[in-house]
Amino acid sequence: MLELIDTYWLYFLVGQYPDGPLGGLALTVLLSFGALLLAMPFGLLLGVARVSTRRSIRWPVATLVQLVRAVPLLLVVFWVYFFLPAVTGVKTGQATTMLMVLVLFDGVYLAEIVAAGIRALPKGQLESARSLGLSYPQALRLVVLPQTLRNGLPSIVSQLVSTIKATSLGYIIGLSEVSFIATQVNTLVFTQAVEVYLILALTYFILCFGLSRLAFLLERRMARAS
Amino acid sequence: MIVLDKVNKFYGDYHALVDISERVEKNEVVVVCGPSGSGKSTLIRTLNRLEEIDGGTISIDGRDIHARGLDVDRLRAGIGFVFQHFNLFPHLTVLENCTLAPVNLKRASLKEAREYALDLLQQVGLAHKRDAYPNALSGGQQQRVAIARALAMRPPIMLFDEPTSALDPEMVGEVLGVMRSLAHQGMTMVCVTHEMGFAREVADRIVFMSEGEILERAKPEDFFTNPQTPRAQQFLADRRRE
Repeated sequence: MLELIDTYWLYFLVGQYPDGPLGGLALTVLLSFGALLLAMPFGLLLGVARVSTRRSIRWPVATLVQLVRAVPLLLVVFWVYFFLPAVTGVKTGQATTMLMVLVLFDGVYLAEIVAAGIRALPKGQLESARSLGLSYPQALRLVVLPQTLRNGLPSIVSQLVSTIKATSLGYIIGLSEVSFIATQVNTLVFTQAVEVYLILALTYFILCFGLSRLAFLLERRMARAS
Repeated sequence: MIVLDKVNKFYGDYHALVDISERVEKNEVVVVCGPSGSGKSTLIRTLNRLEEIDGGTISIDGRDIHARGLDVDRLRAGIGFVFQHFNLFPHLTVLENCTLAPVNLKRASLKEAREYALDLLQQVGLAHKRDAYPNALSGGQQQRVAIARALAMRPPIMLFDEPTSALDPEMVGEVLGVMRSLAHQGMTMVCVTHEMGFAREVADRIVFMSEGEILERAKPEDFFTNPQTPRAQQFLADRRRE
């Protein structure tokens, strides 16, 4: 196993970089963080739209949410990868495709968490904010969302954790993220499948567990503040 | 200062407010009482448009509050509202609760807002709790902070919607004390309350409601010693038995 690591660690970490595109663990991490960073504001926006009093805002978002949630992520990856270039005429790279799909998927799930959190907050919070003269957007930003996000933090974190794992689906369109690289390594050495996939599993575990712990610490610090 | 003219409100088929016409003068303290379900809370909530009405007009300082183009946020900023369940913001400290609206509505700099909020907290006897979070306070304390929070916008009118109904009996007095001193400072107040002692002592006028209608309006003296309608007589008898 040590020999395995010794031979392939660089390939595992960055793929064929600098001779080819960046891959491996670096790509997985980059893709995950990119998706998280973009999906949060997107999800927040969709979530707020989902509870809008205006039907013309609420319905399109509800349709999008229901549609995306009812389709397997894998299929969306295929669709965007093969269908989108046919429509736009521009070939979308594997990494870009995956990023778009993750942001869309994540955004939709986060939207549901945000919307549920807003609905669960006692009506009196919005009423008292509005009765002080705050506008609806101000009341959302200053009173409703800070509480919603804090209460929803556990659900948000599990969504973010599943985003990290979902990057592995890039494998199917030949994106050279860490799972793809692991498979390549396995083909090269041929006899050490168990070890290769054990290291892969351990890598995902460290990423995801690390994020959970980080969130846990954050939660505890916020709990102490109030 | 506040004029209601033939105000009507329906919840579906239910007629919640029936032809309500009433005036509240500047510096006046009006107590609205009546059995539960009589429309008191609905009425007071129409005054800052937390509830919309289906007919009639309400004007404040001569301006129709449902007029086209009226800025409802500005209207509300000029009317303090105190809720039965306090509704403090749990993610903010006592002081932050009181400075949130004035600062974000650009009514004051953070420094000015803090100074004034501390003044108000002093008045309600809670300056020492400025950095506490609402969950760490008793109900009576929370309600006093809620009053300070409303006052922080310097509203010329204060509305109270059953401010002591959710409190343990031993905490009612501290909240009524704050309301009493506000009344003595000349604040224009409309209070929905079941506290008949407070009504008798502080109110300039009592409005008695039943089933969405105003049945009586009278000086406290007259109302308590000589109620005109059987419903009011029954209501007062029930209060005394408690």
